[in-house]
Amino acid sequence: MTITRDDVLNWLNECGRVITENKDYLTQLDSAIGDADHGANMDRGFKAALAKLPSVADKDIGTLFKSVGMTLVQTVGGAGGPLYGTFFMQAGTAAANKMELTVGDWAAALEAALNGVVARGKAQPGDKTMVDALTPALSALKQAVVDGADQNESLRRSASAAEQGMKDTIPLVAKKGRASYLGERSAGHQDPGATSSFLLLKAATDTWTK
Amino acid sequence: MKKLINKPEDVVIEELKGIEYAHSDLVKVHYDPNFIYRADAPIKDKVAIVSGGGSGHEPMHGGFVGLGMLDAACPGAVFTSPTPDQMLEATKQVNGGKGVLHIVKNYTGDIMNFEMAADLARAEGIEVEAVVTNDDVAVQDSLYTAGRRGVGITVIAEKICGAAAEQKRSLKEVADVCRKVNGWGRSMGMALTSCTVPHAGKPTFDLPEDEMEIGIGIHGEPGRTRMKLKSADEVTALLMEPVINDLPYKAGDNVLLFVNSMGGTPLVELYIIYRKAYELATKAGLKVARNLIGPYITSLEMAGCSITLLKLDDDLTKLWDAPVKTPGLRWGV
Repeated sequence: MTITRDDVLNWLNECGRVITENKDYLTQLDSAIGDADHGANMDRGFKAALAKLPSVADKDIGTLFKSVGMTLVQTVGGAGGPLYGTFFMQAGTAAANKMELTVGDWAAALEAALNGVVARGKAQPGDKTMVDALTPALSALKQAVVDGADQNESLRRSASAAEQGMKDTIPLVAKKGRASYLGERSAGHQDPGATSSFLLLKAATDTWTK
Repeated sequence: MKKLINKPEDVVIEELKGIEYAHSDLVKVHYDPNFIYRADAPIKDKVAIVSGGGSGHEPMHGGFVGLGMLDAACPGAVFTSPTPDQMLEATKQVNGGKGVLHIVKNYTGDIMNFEMAADLARAEGIEVEAVVTNDDVAVQDSLYTAGRRGVGITVIAEKICGAAAEQKRSLKEVADVCRKVNGWGRSMGMALTSCTVPHAGKPTFDLPEDEMEIGIGIHGEPGRTRMKLKSADEVTALLMEPVINDLPYKAGDNVLLFVNSMGGTPLVELYIIYRKAYELATKAGLKVARNLIGPYITSLEMAGCSITLLKLDDDLTKLWDAPVKTPGLRWGV
């Protein structure tokens, strides 16, 4: 079983739907410890990215990811723009010329994406950022592949680890981004970036488990 | 939400249109990507200065485009960093062949978007140097955090660097002036009320009638501490003390004292604050040689103020006094 180009297109569309559905929720999380713009920014970015997708829909998966990444960089702004833009552009480089992905290919794309995010944002696990959802999601996915779990099981474990990573940001004191200006007062709130990362990975699992 | 807007998503574009109509003698507006630039740019053999940031801080940055200050400003959505394509196109538009200085406030998003833009501009053969402002003493600096925010000193840096560029100083020299201003400047702000981001529709934080936030930034983000409201003189002391105690002031220094409104605080209150700040500075042995009082780096309609002190030497004083002609700051012309 593999992840086809149509699966990837379905996932990207699902990302747009989920972000729109959670726009107010993300903004609400960002109001508590940031600047109340994460939901609106992500929604604007994904709407623009999805509007451009039809023009590259017949290309390889790498091209799809790069198109989304470029559009996010140009439309999201804030920290989310460069970070999610880099996420998709790096995933696109890893998935270049591929018309379908094995779960191992997806793990490689996710790893490239996470490495790109860390290089751009310089956040480490535990800093209360999107890295805290992505890192355990990648580890769980790679471990599942090593364990010989099938695609559905691997994707489920990955989304589940992302969710735990997201929840684990609640007690953390932020060390990166605007939330870090709050110092100790950032503890007790779930990180909006980790939340949007979880939502995107959960959308992948929901779309790709058959 | 009570605001004089049409639709939240049209706020920035309609503001730009207004600026275009109002100040066509000074600036031009480029749309998609959005930036405001000097009507006479590019100016040959002058270092160009580009800044930018989220909207909602007006007159910063768009109001500071013109003679003796910025060559271009890139507005993002309200409180949201602009995107790399904006800074890249602005940089190309105003580059006069002597390099381009990016003045960037220290926020995670601004830094990353400006870095990406600078990488792209350099790839096209334009010399770009970036200086990050980080003058907010309310934020404890540490290797492990995003560090101090760039606030009030940014306005002063843009004015002073603009003057240095007009004197045809080199890119490195203008960047050095910027680093010096940032290194010699300190700020701290406070809020009496929160503010409402148009697309959020409700105040970013709740602040009871009898409380205030000390150590706020410029994006409606809560400050470090909340306390019962105090008198103007007590508030001024709370802001001035950490500013003066932080490096690098000593008795006998000339300083520029900048009392800024966060948007909702009227001049009458700013002058009351200025009066006390002046007295406290004088008591600490500082000589207030220059000042700036008014709403210059705002946070939408937030009530509150910030105080910035800059240590002055002869060069900085002359650059501050040099002519400036922008929509938001104008003298000597």
